[in-house]
Amino acid sequence: MRGAPATGRVEPMITVDAVSKRYGGYQAVDDVSFVAQPGRVTGFLGPNGAGKSTTMRIMVGLTPASRGRVTIGGHAYAAIPNPGRHVGVLLDASAQHAGRTGREVLVIGATTMGLPMSRVDEMLELVALSPSEAKRRVKNYSLGMRQRLGIAHALLGDPSILILDEPANGLDPAGIHWMRGLLRGYAERGGTVLLSSHLLHEVEKIADDLILIGRGRIVAQGSKEELLQARGAFVRAVEQERLVDALSREGLTVVPAGTGLSSDAEAVQIGKVAAAHQITLIELRPADGSGLEELFLQLTGGSQRDALTEGTPA
Amino acid sequence: MTATAFPTTLDISSTPRVPLSRLVRVELRKLVDTRASRWLLITIGVITALIILIVFLTAKTSDRTFINFMGATATPQGFLLPVLGILLMTQEWTQRTALVSFTLVPARGRVLLAKVLAALLAGLAAIVLAITIASVATLAGGAGDAWTHIGIDDLGKFALLQASGVLQGLAFGLVFLNSAAAIVVYFVLPTAFSIVASLWKPLKHAAPWVDLGTSQQPLFAGTHMSGHQWLHLASGTAIWVALPLLLGLVRVLRAEVK
Repeated sequence: MRGAPATGRVEPMITVDAVSKRYGGYQAVDDVSFVAQPGRVTGFLGPNGAGKSTTMRIMVGLTPASRGRVTIGGHAYAAIPNPGRHVGVLLDASAQHAGRTGREVLVIGATTMGLPMSRVDEMLELVALSPSEAKRRVKNYSLGMRQRLGIAHALLGDPSILILDEPANGLDPAGIHWMRGLLRGYAERGGTVLLSSHLLHEVEKIADDLILIGRGRIVAQGSKEELLQARGAFVRAVEQERLVDALSREGLTVVPAGTGLSSDAEAVQIGKVAAAHQITLIELRPADGSGLEELFLQLTGGSQRDALTEGTPA
Repeated sequence: MTATAFPTTLDISSTPRVPLSRLVRVELRKLVDTRASRWLLITIGVITALIILIVFLTAKTSDRTFINFMGATATPQGFLLPVLGILLMTQEWTQRTALVSFTLVPARGRVLLAKVLAALLAGLAAIVLAITIASVATLAGGAGDAWTHIGIDDLGKFALLQASGVLQGLAFGLVFLNSAAAIVVYFVLPTAFSIVASLWKPLKHAAPWVDLGTSQQPLFAGTHMSGHQWLHLASGTAIWVALPLLLGLVRVLRAEVK
């Protein structure tokens, strides 16, 4: 496990400190600690049921933590007066009154936060809900429209921090593209964005920092560059068995992968060993599957071997 | 959206707490912003007018008094206003909007207080409507002594009765957090209890103390209430209104909102 991403002297905006949540005999969140920095998009990644939503509910005080604490800009969420003006939250796009119109949902939010009604129209325009769509009742909305409405609601108070649980759920490819641009722009303005997802490729494209959670525990965290860096190499040799022997004598492990071998060792190490033993290599290149993807596939239930074959094309 | 850069620290000094008056306004809005809630309000208004019209058309001229017109509205309003209270509470759970409401206002007690105040204001509006229509009916063709036997204390008792109903509805909504369960229990439990209390001897004696229906009788009897009767009322109200309100409050303040 790595420490928090080092981005210099900037104070973290969201600090989750040793948070645990226990339901009877079930440990939903287990000693989770991480930070989200201003000016960066932090992806909170894990399979369904890993504890992402519970952690996010704990952040905003909807679920009491069994242990640990969360601070936002140094404050407990509940201590922030009119929190909607500082922290935009979308936990579940379906948690809206089905009988209200989309516009009414935003009017209620804007009234609570004390915002002018012009803000409602601005947000509707921003998330591309047309005036006629805004007049329809939420029960007639598709999941994608609810998601857009939820994002509009989170952005109403022009908050500097966004906490979004699976915001891409239900959005079509164009919608996901739009959301990426929106959140990137938000982070570039210095905003703090924490978003969760159960799809690696969805957050990979937008996040600066990644936090991986599985079965309630953080399994990896760091900057995207660090985590996605390819490690190991793929190699094919004429004398494949001799290569395996030579490498294992050097303490380097290899496993069969397709017609070749996959190793945690770097390509240069393997090349040196092969040269020393006069082994003819047919192919030697850095692995293109990242450790992160393997780890994620393990978390999502795929066995290690499945993950290997997917990550290492033969 | 404004394109200005965000500060790198969170400065919360410029955003005051959301005032209670604004929260009450939001809750009043929630009473009218869906088709179902609007129809409930319209129904309360129409039935209030209708029941006074029926009394006006069917009663003998000598019975067309202001107090009789008002009294007629007590039952239908007493049925519907608690439902309004129940729904204002339960909709946050059945529609899962509590997730949003309590995120915008983490002090849950203030949201609940705003709901209580909004529901009481709606109840007050219903009574004002009843007084207005009853006055019109009395002026239009009341008996000669139509305005006698009516004092400000009668209107006060009337308001107390309806306010107690609204609060009881809110309380049952809070306890069950489910519209159907709250409405059924609200209507069935006190009635069932009244029946048991009237049949079972040991309880019959205690009925004025423990049965709200019994202890509320003097409120609409139009007679002077003794100190003893006020004590009965306080006791019945404590059991059927204050206690569930307290239980519901504790439940919601501690609940995990999902």
